[in-house]
Amino acid sequence: MDRIPILRMGEFLLVTIQVDMHDRLALTLQDDLTSMIERSGARGVLIDISALEMVDSFIGRMIASISGMSRILDASTVLVGMRPAVAITLVELGLSLEGVQTALDVERGMRKLRGAMAVADADTGEVADGGHQD
Amino acid sequence: MAVTRTESLPLRVEQDVVLARQAVRKLTQELKFSLVDQTKMVTAASELARNTVIYGGGGQMKVEVLLDGAKNGLRLTFEDQGPGIPDLTLAMKDGWTSGNGLGMGLSGAKRLVNEFDIASEVGKGTRVMIARWK
Repeated sequence: MDRIPILRMGEFLLVTIQVDMHDRLALTLQDDLTSMIERSGARGVLIDISALEMVDSFIGRMIASISGMSRILDASTVLVGMRPAVAITLVELGLSLEGVQTALDVERGMRKLRGAMAVADADTGEVADGGHQD
Repeated sequence: MAVTRTESLPLRVEQDVVLARQAVRKLTQELKFSLVDQTKMVTAASELARNTVIYGGGGQMKVEVLLDGAKNGLRLTFEDQGPGIPDLTLAMKDGWTSGNGLGMGLSGAKRLVNEFDIASEVGKGTRVMIARWK
């Protein structure tokens, strides 16, 4: 069965979608990614869609679900590389991917994820200072 | 207005949706649509082809290349012999869905094209026509 590979880079997971996905493949990715977050304890997920020539409502919904699910599993998601024509079409279609963090490219996306992690760690640090030492 | 080319693609299984959008991509490229217009037409086709497969129980996509004076266009007709849509006004509303989709398919597809027409009869099937001009 077809699968989209998920690469592990330290505390992050990297997914590069390079094929025109049929619906089941998109759903498989969603399942694979959530179990991988759980197994690896990843803190961030980077989804690169620079190779995608179109995102319709199904793929858009999959992206939004991945972002929501990973947030609940304590990992941030950043979507990177959306082509301008895809962005224009997606908004006109009626999807604005609210709640999904985006960045222009992988490098900026990585920076965003590191930033999100630093903020999260600082928050945890404050709690620890407040009397969580045993 | 003249129809300069006609073909028909089956829409039976999920993979056919991918083949349909690839066929539409190729045609819009041949017709020299702008990248944004190509993406809009491909995305609209993807939404409607999925509806045909999932809600219509399968059917076909008829492709027509149009010539009106010096203007080129592409017309796609999606036909199924499925259960039909009882309330078209409701089905065309953003966010309304009979299944587990986002409900952006029909209304979203309409926003992405220049011409849109839908006809449906309960128990007989549904036909959706879209067209986009260069």
